Amino acid sequence: MWLTSKIKQVMMALTPGVVTLKYPFEPHPVPPDFRGQPSWDHHKCIGCGGCAAHCPARTIMVRDICQEIRLMLYDGGRCTYCGRCADVCPEDAITMTDNFELATENKRDITQSMELFMATCKRCGRCYEHETTNAIDRMSMKGYRYDNLEMRAFIPVSTEHLDTALLEKTEKHKRPEK
Amino acid sequence: MLSNLAKKMFPKSLWVYHCNSGACNGCDIEILNVLTPFYDVERFGIKLVTSPRHGDVMLISGAVTRPTLPLVKRAYAAMPEPKIVFGIGSCTIGGNMWFDCYNVCGGAEKAVPVNYFVPGCPPRPEAIIYGVALALGLVDKKSAPVELKQMEFPIDMYERKKAWEERNVVYKLLED
Repeated sequence: MWLTSKIKQVMMALTPGVVTLKYPFEPHPVPPDFRGQPSWDHHKCIGCGGCAAHCPARTIMVRDICQEIRLMLYDGGRCTYCGRCADVCPEDAITMTDNFELATENKRDITQSMELFMATCKRCGRCYEHETTNAIDRMSMKGYRYDNLEMRAFIPVSTEHLDTALLEKTEKHKRPEK
Repeated sequence: MLSNLAKKMFPKSLWVYHCNSGACNGCDIEILNVLTPFYDVERFGIKLVTSPRHGDVMLISGAVTRPTLPLVKRAYAAMPEPKIVFGIGSCTIGGNMWFDCYNVCGGAEKAVPVNYFVPGCPPRPEAIIYGVALALGLVDKKSAPVELKQMEFPIDMYERKKAWEERNVVYKLLED
């Protein structure tokens, strides 16, 4: 009697077969709505900085080094992969790819930098206005941003006109040591 | 000779010590997920141990918070010498959303040297396996820094600083 029950157990254990994935040797597809590494399309981007303003982990940093050039840096090191940048982008320039194989020994490998050519508006310098209801968001959105890309420091300061003094000051910015 | 043997045998049986340094439990669940029969990492000789003195590899999850900082350092010091540190999740790499929070170090790198980073919030179990396989040399690295440019300029206009000014002065002198 006990033997038949043991045989039954063995048969039950054998029915599912091998379930282990052969993952690193064979690719494993991701689910349809998976959010992997975000990627920029530099042809579509208008440089509004909406992604930088909405990023909860402040991964996207914007720096205006002169009137015409806006540099944007995506620091994948502290990215949450929430997809808010792709949601908020008015031009759909950010897409969440299904790339999750980002393991690396160097932090620089998961960064993206983009250089944008900005035309100058003769009246205001920057003509993009993201939100009209929330005054705090408007303050952080308007004008020139001075984040330090080298130190990957987010500096929550923006001015309406290019401030060379602030540009030099933020270049030497250092995060406080703990 | 013994050290050579140890070097040769080291990647074949990695004993993993899992160190939670103030993580939200998301990465911890994914690490436990990796050890299940579905994503079986015992194929690569990886085994979870509970004491840092038994471990070869340290899996850190979480931004190192202020109360855990001395504990993480002590656990790292307690591990025997050929040792690797894996940073699992975005918190260990850059501190995630809490990167400049007052009670967070801003990444595990400030506490202990981290050899491999596995980004994700939390990383997929496959991503962790990929990181392990990368460390063991089974797969190639796929990530690289991306630089996008809308247009190339003949002169470096964006360095409108001293060098640019000097060059401009030269052009003006030529015109006169």
